[in-house]
Amino acid sequence: MATLAERAKSLRPSASKMALDSVGPVVLAIGLTLLLHFVVGPAVGHSGTKILLDMGINIVLAVSLNMVNGFTGQFSIGHAGFMAIGGYTAGIVTYYGGYKLFGTTNPTGGFLGAGQWLFALSCIAGAVTSGFFGYLVGLPSLRLKGDYLALVTLGFGEIVCVLLTQSGAVVPASGIDAVPAWQLPYHVGGAVGFSPLPFYTNLFWVYLFVCITVLFAYRLKESNHGRALLSIREDEIAAEASGIAVTPIKVRAFAFSAAFAGVAGGLYFHLLGALPKPGELGFQKSFEIIIMVVLGGMGSVSGTILAAIVLTILPEVLREFSDYRMVVYALALVLMMLVRPQGLFGIREIWELGRERRKKARGSR
Amino acid sequence: MALLEVQDLHVHYGAVHALQGISFTVEEGQVATLIGSNGAGKSTTLRTISGLVRPSSGSIRFDGQHIGAMAPHKIVRLGIAQSPEGRGVFANLTVHENLEIGAYTRNDRAEVARDRERVLHLFPRLRERLKQLSGTLSGGEQQMLAIARALLARPRLLLLDEPSLGLAPQIVKTIFQIIREINESGTTILLVEQNAHMALRAANQGYVLEVGKIVLADDAHKLSQSDEVRKAYLGIS
Repeated sequence: MATLAERAKSLRPSASKMALDSVGPVVLAIGLTLLLHFVVGPAVGHSGTKILLDMGINIVLAVSLNMVNGFTGQFSIGHAGFMAIGGYTAGIVTYYGGYKLFGTTNPTGGFLGAGQWLFALSCIAGAVTSGFFGYLVGLPSLRLKGDYLALVTLGFGEIVCVLLTQSGAVVPASGIDAVPAWQLPYHVGGAVGFSPLPFYTNLFWVYLFVCITVLFAYRLKESNHGRALLSIREDEIAAEASGIAVTPIKVRAFAFSAAFAGVAGGLYFHLLGALPKPGELGFQKSFEIIIMVVLGGMGSVSGTILAAIVLTILPEVLREFSDYRMVVYALALVLMMLVRPQGLFGIREIWELGRERRKKARGSR
Repeated sequence: MALLEVQDLHVHYGAVHALQGISFTVEEGQVATLIGSNGAGKSTTLRTISGLVRPSSGSIRFDGQHIGAMAPHKIVRLGIAQSPEGRGVFANLTVHENLEIGAYTRNDRAEVARDRERVLHLFPRLRERLKQLSGTLSGGEQQMLAIARALLARPRLLLLDEPSLGLAPQIVKTIFQIIREINESGTTILLVEQNAHMALRAANQGYVLEVGKIVLADDAHKLSQSDEVRKAYLGIS
């Protein structure tokens, strides 16, 4: 029999495969984003691009919420609150920070110019802030089981909205120098909304963050941590008895989920035609995201992506029905839930579906 | 020194005094069993040892170390794994994934792979069903999976909560056969059972629990011969 060290070595994937596994997705992601930005974007025109951008932001929101509601089985209904925190943080960075750096609040530099890098940075800042708040909210509430988390997150989302409504008016570029820097984060527009923010959001950045989110979620699901999350969803006590530190790992998942919602907020706030105001980021927005997750399948990354795509396009296609479109939309959802209550794909991925059916047929004998 | 030493353990669920000062020991390499009727506190005892329930007073020592106030995930790392009552398999995950979670606390991949082989050798039924969702397994297979999952944590002490619950007699026999095999390969076992007959046959040491107190403690064989046990638990007069 081979020694332990030899066996361990034989289990390790080859260096070339490891390199391909780690670099491959990154190369693919950058290729995809460049293709979207330079080829697909111009081809589908302005309105098509807008739909693609909305779609991307929805994918980030749905996939990130899926980490909590799907993988971990905890029901959060305050995702829009984290989106708001991320968006406002990012807005402060690009608007006030942009003015301090470039002397103007308008977009600066072309594709991948200085302004765009500041924008990317602002989204990351939004993610960090939002993730931090996710940690704070999750720490006490994730100790509780069941519906408590839903209530706490609902309350949290509303508190964020109310607080943002109370903020001061946006300082115009001409007046920024007169206001002390530490007071600037207070001036984010109140109920009117945070505008005019520079419109940095484009296909490249949106889909780069989409790729990062999806890769993160998928790799998480396939990892030991992901399996721990899934086991918590299945049976919390048995998970605990298997040596999983349930609360800390739930809080971590919640914080990461909030961080990606923060990224989506940053992308949304710098999107031409978006409405970056508290009223738009209330629980209605949260529910929109939940619907995507439920429809796609709680725990299925590919399912939520598909659901986000369908639910972004559906209202556009139904525009012909004008007044009736929300009715049709709602009916489609009800029908869907009746036919497939577990969502399109349950907790499995699209490509695993056929395999499972075959297995079941064989297993039942 | 005993591997597990429980001393004057009290547990309350709100106003209910579930365990009223129980003391017992489990010797290394042996099988000990707690028998008793519904509500006697058997499962509570196991859940307290694995950290899922907090004791109100008393001490639990594992290999000399106090574990009474420790979090469950730390206790697993010390070497105590539990197959919970009602099996608690992760229904929407495959058998393979369930086993992976069993080895969650371990980083030694090659050793885990070897243990997995060993466990699948014990439970050949599971090997046939590795890719199947564990919710679609039969009751007996789910019980096997729950034990297999606990074994993958490579415990020094295995806690089994009612492994015979709701299973056909033939399968109960198979499971107890495997429990003995697990013990023979060196794992100490604490077994909680309502099926006193099977439990006392498999065990070295037996304890009888009645409403939160240990009323009898003896060598398992002697216990099964004693009048009280025969009358109350084995249904033989």
